[in-house]
Amino acid sequence: MKSNRATQEPRWVRYGLLAVGLGFLFFFLGLPLVAVFVEALAQGVPLYVEALKEPETRSAIGLTIGIALAVLPFNIVFGVAAAWAIAKFEFRGKSVLITLIDLPFAVSPVVAGLVFILLFGAQGTFGPWLSEHEIKIIFAVPGMILATLFITFPFIARELIPLMQAQGKDEEEAAVSLGASGWQMFRRVTLPNIKWGLLYGVILANARAMGEFGAVSVVSGHIRGETNTLPLHVEILYNEYNAVGAFAAASILALLALVTLVAKTVVEWRMKKETEMLNTVLAPEKT
Amino acid sequence: MKKISKGLSALLLGLVASAALADVTLLNASYDVARDVYKDFNPLFQKHWKAKTGESVEIKQSHGGSTKQVRAVADGLEADVVTMNQANDIEFLADKGLVAKDWAKKFPNNASPYTSAMVFIVRKGNPKGIKDWSDLAAPGTQIIIPHPKNTGNGRNTYLSAWAWALRQPGGNDLKAQEFLGKLLKNAPLFAAGGRDATTTFMQRRMGDVLITFESEAEMIAKEFGKGEFEVVYPSLTMQTEFPVALVEKVVDKKGTRTQATAYLEYLWSKEGQENAAQNYLRPRDADILKKYSTFFPPVKTFTVDEVFGGANKAFATHFKDGGSFDQIYQSK
Amino acid sequence: MAAKTHRVLPGFGLALGYTLVYLSLLILLPLGGMVLKASELGFAQIIDIALGERSLAAFRVTFGASFLAAAVNAFFGLIVAWILVRYPFPGKRFVDALVDLPFALPTAVAGITLATLYAGNGWLGRFIEPLGIKVAYTPLGIVVALTFITLPFVVRTLQPVIEDIETEVEEAAASLGASRWQTFVKVIFPAIFPALLTGFALAFARAVGEYGSVIFIAGNLPLISEIVPLLIISKLEQYDVLGATALAVVMLALSFILLLAVNLLQWWSANRHKNSEPLEVAAARASGGAA
Repeated sequence: MKSNRATQEPRWVRYGLLAVGLGFLFFFLGLPLVAVFVEALAQGVPLYVEALKEPETRSAIGLTIGIALAVLPFNIVFGVAAAWAIAKFEFRGKSVLITLIDLPFAVSPVVAGLVFILLFGAQGTFGPWLSEHEIKIIFAVPGMILATLFITFPFIARELIPLMQAQGKDEEEAAVSLGASGWQMFRRVTLPNIKWGLLYGVILANARAMGEFGAVSVVSGHIRGETNTLPLHVEILYNEYNAVGAFAAASILALLALVTLVAKTVVEWRMKKETEMLNTVLAPEKT
Repeated sequence: MKKISKGLSALLLGLVASAALADVTLLNASYDVARDVYKDFNPLFQKHWKAKTGESVEIKQSHGGSTKQVRAVADGLEADVVTMNQANDIEFLADKGLVAKDWAKKFPNNASPYTSAMVFIVRKGNPKGIKDWSDLAAPGTQIIIPHPKNTGNGRNTYLSAWAWALRQPGGNDLKAQEFLGKLLKNAPLFAAGGRDATTTFMQRRMGDVLITFESEAEMIAKEFGKGEFEVVYPSLTMQTEFPVALVEKVVDKKGTRTQATAYLEYLWSKEGQENAAQNYLRPRDADILKKYSTFFPPVKTFTVDEVFGGANKAFATHFKDGGSFDQIYQSK
Repeated sequence: MAAKTHRVLPGFGLALGYTLVYLSLLILLPLGGMVLKASELGFAQIIDIALGERSLAAFRVTFGASFLAAAVNAFFGLIVAWILVRYPFPGKRFVDALVDLPFALPTAVAGITLATLYAGNGWLGRFIEPLGIKVAYTPLGIVVALTFITLPFVVRTLQPVIEDIETEVEEAAASLGASRWQTFVKVIFPAIFPALLTGFALAFARAVGEYGSVIFIAGNLPLISEIVPLLIISKLEQYDVLGATALAVVMLALSFILLLAVNLLQWWSANRHKNSEPLEVAAARASGGAA
């Protein structure tokens, strides 16, 4: 209890920080979110529900979720591998490697789609070969997955690298010297340590994968009911003067982002149980 | 739920070219606000074709910005037909060898089954008394337009004002450019697109006049209410065309030439023309135009071909980098 | 010590190998293709495109607004991450989940919504426009949109690191007589600084490329509120793919240099913090400052 005073700010600082932080979030996040729902519900709940019942909207929701699900496993494996190599080992050119990983963030989404057109489009490098073999990448789902992979590429790695760097490698080394296999060490020591970073990375990558418009729009071909994701659908509805439909679809994306609330709670609960177990195992060694 | 799983299974089938359930599948790559037009038109054609030949046709729609769409077609989007709102976009496909060089002659009326016109939308009661293009360049008037260089809607507005200035007594290119300079000074912003311009004008209540397609006015009424604004027809404005074409390479590959041609021809049928009129687009058929004359008051128009010698030429002179639009901003 | 660790921990070869292959296929190949395409134009012409009056102005607006947005996020993001980790308050979970919203919302929706909020008759615009502050359709609007779009980066990179700070060190500092502020400046801040830099760099990088939200609130007037991605779109509207890739490559090169600089700085500060300053020393130093 005494430690509480030592590791906490004075009351006025705490309230001040809370006010500033929450105020910032209110103006920059809360208000826009409320505005989206106000627009979506502008003509009443029945019309909102009606807008979501439209078959094209629903197939867009399915495609959006599907692409996100297809993309995440790749990003998780890559993120953990890259962070492991970068954070736990010293080698030359590390900063360059990190910067290359960051690069997709710096590529305008407008261009991110274009690079795949330049590769796989009919006038692109591999275009003629692909069309000879009747393989469709661009203007089909594979192209959209590729573009989404590109856009969300850095998230998990970038989330994990600073975290794993801050943690150092003492615990893993201890585990290995105690005879743990690589997998055991990863499962028992590394994973519990990076769980929050990994989770935040997944949540961010997922949100971005579902919300991405620019890059996907270039490679999708916009075929209704087939290659139309939710963000693309939002744009079309808006352009057609169906503001309720557009904002209703957008609100679904916002809700999908809030689903992470549930995901996080579940993971938190399970992790808590696991760390309790783990603590009993590792307790003697830690002191 | 079924549709969601359908979306998921479409994903799984991603690599496999989707097997058509119908006898023939056509893909119509179209501009972004054409959904209403084709949503009603496609079933009409399907019924007509089934009755005529016994064949069932599935029609898929792809909508997006006109230029973006034709670039997609050039890059391999396998559309059987393109139905656009800018002739230079079809010219681009003709240059790439995807569309016949004489595409404009393959169908009647310059291959444009319906037209529209650029009009002014003003606030109720027209408080600023806006009647013609000259009023838009007057000091103290604010105009709301989409980006004149990057959007089709904005380009049409720009060319309409230019043509009007040319036709004034003593009008020439130099004076027209000067007039456009004054007019553009009255734009507090360039909206991202036609729809964004409307939102800015109607919902955010900025500006005194919005310039847009005649057909758009009815959409605005649908969303924001009829009593909120008035439509003003200037003394001269552009007749905007909506050219259509067959993508030769694709129909040959897929063997859909007959159906695709019939599909486009059907746009000129009574049913097709009536559907256009119901979507507030001026039909080419004189009888149907008369029938819907309350929608379409007489207006004096010009075509891009008449004043600018073709869509490509107009585009190159005014909207390419270093064109007249850029010159207006560079000279400052 | 450092040499030995190579052998102690397993998986370096596999992890790095996989990273390099995946990176090459998914990122370097497509970007290389783009650079190759742009090089068809020749170096002189690329520079010519990049140094035009309009392009230069657009580069200024883009990088300036992105820098401001990232700075705003670094400051407020630190506070937000701190209160989310350290302070209990009602509705915390909801607020925590809200942070990801800017990624999930399609950028166009964000732009449209922000423009509506900040327009003269909007919920916020009606209060701030009488004060003479115009946000919608000015460069300031670009900063607002970019701040929204990149908001999650700083918060989310800081959160796990703050969660990871062991309170024992803070306690040690405190017990050695350091004030809370000294503990923050000398112990906590150095520990989270690398992550803060990362968040800043990522937010900045993302902001530079952003298009969808900005065009709805920027006003897009040449020389005033035109961003580089808009010029790229403008080239594409002219079917000028080469010109578009040229601009994109210039943007990419600039971003790469900036990111590399930040990453080197981050690596350097992380190392300094880790090697020369074990936490106990930091704690002692913090208290030394107090004495």
